[in-house]
Amino acid sequence: MTTPPEVRSRIVWDYAPAPESPDHVRLRDSYGLFVDGDFRDPLDGTRVPTLNPATEEPVAEVAFAGPADLRRAVESARRAQPGWAALSALERSKYLFRIARLIQERARELAIVESLDGGKPVRESRDVDVPLAAAHFFHYAGWADKLSYGVGGRAVAPVGVAAQIVPWNFPLLMAAWKLAPALACGNTSVLKPAETTPLTALLLAEILQEAELPPGVVSIVPGDGAAGAALVREPDIDKVAFTGSTGVGKDIQAALAGRPVSLTLELGGKSANIVFEDAALDQAVEGIVNGIFFNQGHVCCAGSRLLIQESVADTVIGKLWERMGRLRVGDPLDKNTDVGAINSREQLERIQSLVSAGEEEGAVRRSIACELPERGWWFAPTVFTEVAPAHRIAVEEIFGPVVSVLTFRTQAEAIEKANNSTYGLAAGIWTDKGAKAFEVASALQAGVVWQNTYNHFDPTAAFGGYKESGFGREGGPAGLRPYLRVT
Amino acid sequence: MLGKRSIKTTAKQQGIRLAVSMVDLTTLEGADTVGKVRHLCAKAVCPAPTMPEVPSCAAVCVYPSLVGVAREALAGTGVKAASVATAFPSGQASLEVKLRDTEDAVAAGADEIDMVISREAFLAGEDHRVMEEIVRVKEACGDAHLKVIIETAELGSYDHVRHASMISMEAGADFIKTSTGKAASGATPGVVLVMLEAIRDYAERSGRAVGMKAAGGVSTSKAALHRLVLVKETLGDEWLTPDRFRIGASSLLNDLLMQYQKTQTGRYSRPEDFSKE
Repeated sequence: MTTPPEVRSRIVWDYAPAPESPDHVRLRDSYGLFVDGDFRDPLDGTRVPTLNPATEEPVAEVAFAGPADLRRAVESARRAQPGWAALSALERSKYLFRIARLIQERARELAIVESLDGGKPVRESRDVDVPLAAAHFFHYAGWADKLSYGVGGRAVAPVGVAAQIVPWNFPLLMAAWKLAPALACGNTSVLKPAETTPLTALLLAEILQEAELPPGVVSIVPGDGAAGAALVREPDIDKVAFTGSTGVGKDIQAALAGRPVSLTLELGGKSANIVFEDAALDQAVEGIVNGIFFNQGHVCCAGSRLLIQESVADTVIGKLWERMGRLRVGDPLDKNTDVGAINSREQLERIQSLVSAGEEEGAVRRSIACELPERGWWFAPTVFTEVAPAHRIAVEEIFGPVVSVLTFRTQAEAIEKANNSTYGLAAGIWTDKGAKAFEVASALQAGVVWQNTYNHFDPTAAFGGYKESGFGREGGPAGLRPYLRVT
Repeated sequence: MLGKRSIKTTAKQQGIRLAVSMVDLTTLEGADTVGKVRHLCAKAVCPAPTMPEVPSCAAVCVYPSLVGVAREALAGTGVKAASVATAFPSGQASLEVKLRDTEDAVAAGADEIDMVISREAFLAGEDHRVMEEIVRVKEACGDAHLKVIIETAELGSYDHVRHASMISMEAGADFIKTSTGKAASGATPGVVLVMLEAIRDYAERSGRAVGMKAAGGVSTSKAALHRLVLVKETLGDEWLTPDRFRIGASSLLNDLLMQYQKTQTGRYSRPEDFSKE
């Protein structure tokens, strides 16, 4: 008889740390402004360190543009625009394909830098941000020679010089959303990355250089809010595209009043994620988690208002709370991390203040018990129950890993509550009944409605808002329209 | 999210050891003989003589006619003798035949019985007949543990997988099991997750902890570790024990051993480093 190797004892199993190594990433100590085809010292700007939100340590130093730098960038875009528009569509699409392939080649590096600079889990930057950024360039590369097909067969011309301002939550992806359609349509661009997350845009500038994009077609000028405000007030621009907060969006719209500058805005949201009693509840719970804890909730279309039908509310909240307990919060570079660091101290304070308001107004707060690192900015995933529709946490955008749960009794009430918002960016519907899903979707005032999924992005699908969530669409053929003069 | 856990270094070593301890080492072929089953039992008791930290498998799973051989070879080792029964794999026989099949296996010393549900009855909507069979087989098992195979590949939808899991547990299953290993697909991540969720919801409702056996298609270490991730993050660590989770497999074991050896030596092993059975 064979003897067993050992007395069987309980084998304990936990995940070992699985950090993505940043060793092969070669960041420069200091980055200039990418203007007119080259990295340049600022004329009147400054140099500012950009911090890793998980450690509060500087990752690199970056030049911020001053007014003269912005002027120089806009001038170079103006000079480059006629030549870029005059290129055959085939040639323009070849550049875009080249950029897409170079993003894929440098995917790992881009993913790591995105997580270092912004705090998001590397699993997300690796599997979502970077592949989608490449996919957007691929998608619009294919449109470059078919533009009039995208607008019903009418004649098209480029708008001209675009000033594009992107937020800190998806730095590379938003740059891709902005640049790819603009370039495909024959426009040139001055792109301003967000104050706290300029690095992947600067790596993208290196990629543009490597793709030998003609000088001036794209300039990338990091800066703070003041730089953004100055950029949209530059006289020689034809188009502004902004993604960010509703407050800044309103300011831009006011600044452009009376000027022949077209505008698209993609702003905030307080999107409703609606769970009906006939939904596959376990699947819905995954969707709720993905809807609000994806990217620490720093998502403009986050499913931050969870509407659950009363008959299943306790079950869903129970399952959600249990599921939240298994979320892994911590080092963004660990491949098993689900929730990373809050992007900045300022954002953390904003989340904390709204969460305190929720507690003061009488909602019941539960945050998961998890060890948070000592340094860096962190916020434990949180759910609020007993929320009334009038509470601030049910109305205002928190932009963090915090979900507010409301209940409803009937389909009509769900629609009424979902639409009772100043915003209208996205919505989710969870039901196994197809007819109900379509009926509800067509009654919702939201630019994107997901059925039995959430935060699912694709370059072929239009994205944009109703009401104070903005106007204009990005993605798919609809995303061409803001960058074309149609005659 | 759960499909993408990165299992490295110590987690990989421990995970592989845990997976080995959960393997129901299986041979279900017409050509099985006494000799083959004895060899397999020796392998299950001591999978890797050169690596004593690798534990025994959980059980050896055979046809009823060879349970006696397995029982004898495994006596005193802690490794269980398991037998398929109830007109495995199709289940297309009368209840009398199925009960007789079960009684034979138990009489021959089976610690565990792997039965198949009647898919014929299930797909015709006759849940009561499916449950009745399970109840009767469970009685015939006596002290033997009952694993109920729902054969997910023949059920056609996740809704059916969940429903079959629920009625099997209601009828008294100690374990629910994905597949016979004879169908087109087996323990895919999707069906494993659905069944684990059913177990979780049933445990919450009834207070009874039912085990899960993933069988069919789990032939690599990576696939096995992935199934363990699903268990860990759906049911929790209490289910990460051979008493509550099993993997039915034949070729998986050697892949686990090869991958384990690689974590020790840093070099990939060759298939011939380990005995086939």
